[in-house]
Amino acid sequence: MGSDQNILVKLNKAGFSLNNKWLVKGVTLQVEKGRIVTLIGPNGSGKSTTAKIALGIYKKIDGSVEKYTNKVGYVPQKISIDWTLPLRVNDFMVLTESLDKESIDEALSLTGVIHLKDKNLGDLSGGEFQRVLLARAISKKPELLVLDEPVQGVDFTGEIALYELIKKISDELNCGILLISHDLHTVMSATDHVVCLNGHVCCSGSPMDVAKNNKYKALFGEQASQILSRYEHRHDHVHTSEGEIKKN
Amino acid sequence: MLDDFFIRALIAGVGVAIVTGPLGCFVVWRRLSYFGDTLAHSALLGVTLAYSMEFNIAFSVFIISSLIALTLIQLQKRTNLPGDALLGLLAHSSLAVGLVVIGFLSFIRFDIMGLLFGDILAVTVDDLLIIWIGGALILLVLKLIWKSLFASTVNYELAEAEGLNPDRAKAIFTILMAAIIAISIKMVGLLLITGMLIIPAAMARNISSSPQKMVIYSIIGGLLSVILGLFSSLEFNTASGPSIIAASLFLFILSLLNIKQSIKLKN
Repeated sequence: MGSDQNILVKLNKAGFSLNNKWLVKGVTLQVEKGRIVTLIGPNGSGKSTTAKIALGIYKKIDGSVEKYTNKVGYVPQKISIDWTLPLRVNDFMVLTESLDKESIDEALSLTGVIHLKDKNLGDLSGGEFQRVLLARAISKKPELLVLDEPVQGVDFTGEIALYELIKKISDELNCGILLISHDLHTVMSATDHVVCLNGHVCCSGSPMDVAKNNKYKALFGEQASQILSRYEHRHDHVHTSEGEIKKN
Repeated sequence: MLDDFFIRALIAGVGVAIVTGPLGCFVVWRRLSYFGDTLAHSALLGVTLAYSMEFNIAFSVFIISSLIALTLIQLQKRTNLPGDALLGLLAHSSLAVGLVVIGFLSFIRFDIMGLLFGDILAVTVDDLLIIWIGGALILLVLKLIWKSLFASTVNYELAEAEGLNPDRAKAIFTILMAAIIAISIKMVGLLLITGMLIIPAAMARNISSSPQKMVIYSIIGGLLSVILGLFSSLEFNTASGPSIIAASLFLFILSLLNIKQSIKLKN
C-alpha cells in the first residue's frame, strides 16, 4: 500500500441496495496513483455497482466512499445515447471538459479512431464506439480512470492493443485505474491488485495471491509460462436473493 | 418609433425567439414538450393572480410556473403515478383553477383570447424591457449550466461521474423554462408557447449535424417565424401567436425536404 496522498478513491465497507436487495455489500478497496485495480467476478456480482459507488453515481450507500480527485474519466459498461441529438465524435470528446484540438486528436489516434472524428456518433459500430468512449475518457488526462469492460465488442487484435494502451496510460499519466473485465487472460498480467467480487469481496490481492487462493493452483504450476493467462476461478457458494450465502 | 405597436411587437418577438431557440433544443433533446405544456397551462393561474392583486403578469406567471414545476418534482418522488399522468393532472387542474378564478373576477375585463393566443396590441414598452432583460438573464444562466446540462442530456452517469452535478443543472433548467414562459406569454399566448419552443428546434434538427448548429438554426428559425408571423398577423388581422406558430410550421415543412435529400444521398 502506498502513502496516503497517493490514494485517489477509497471504499470502506461500501454497499448499495436497490428495492431491499443488496447489489453489493461490504466492499473495501482503494485505488492509488499509477496502479491498476481490477474487479473480477461473475455476472451480477456487483462489479459495475462497485464502480458506480466509487464514482459517486450512487449516493445512498452503506459504508463510506472517499474520493480525493475530481479529474475522473469513465467508460461505462452500458451507454444509451438518445439520437434526437445530432452528435459527432468530435462533439462527444468535449462533452464534460473543453479540450484543445491536439488532445482530442492524440486520444483518438491512440485508440485508432482518428478517421471517425467527424462522423455522427449514431453511425459507429459497437467496437468503434467503444474505442471512442475510451479515447474520450483518456483525452482529459484524468487522475482516476474507471473502465467498465472497456474493450467489449472490440476485435481480438484491437483488444490486446487497447489493454496495452491502458497499461501505458497508467504508467505515463501516473493515474489510478479501476478496471472491470471478464477477459481474465489478457488483463491479469497488467494488473497490480485484483478484487474478486461475488456480491461481496471473495478475495483480493496481487494476481498471484488471488490465483493461489484458488483451487486451480495446480494448473498454474503446470503451465508456469502462461501462469496468469490461464487463470480461472470458481465460486464455492451462491447468494440467494435474500442476501444469504449458500454453499454449493 | 416605439410608439408603433407593430415595431414593439417585432422587437418583443425577436427577443423571445433568441431565447426560445436554445431552450427549445433542450426541450426536444430531453423530451420535455409536455412538461413545457404543463407549465404554460399553469401560467393562466399566474395571470389571474396578477390581475386580482394588481401585480406584474410576467413575474406572477414565473412564480406560479416555478411552484408547479417544484410540485411536479415532489409528486414524482412521493407517488407511484407515471410522469405523463402527473403532468396531465397538474396541467389541467391548474388551467381549471385559473379559469374558475377568472369567473370570480367578473369586475375585471379579461381578454381571454389574447391570453390564450397572444396579442401584439398588448405589448407595452415595459414588456419589452421584461423580455429583453429577462431573456438576457435566461441566456446567461443557460450558458453557465450549458456544459453540465448538455452532458447529462447525452448521458446522466457520465456527467455525474465526471463531476458535473447534473441534478443541479436540471433544477435550474426547470426554472429557466418557467421564466421563458413568463416573458413570452403576451406574444405567443399560453396555449402556443410550447410550439414556439419545439417547432423551430425540430426544424433545426432536420438540417443540422451538430448541437451548436442546431441551436443556431433554431434561433434563426424562430426569428423568421416571428417576422413572417407578425407581418401576416398584421396583413390578415389574425392573432399573433397562431400566425407565428403557423409560420414556424411552414419552415418545418421546408426542412423536411432537406431530410429527404440527405436520405437519398445516403442510399
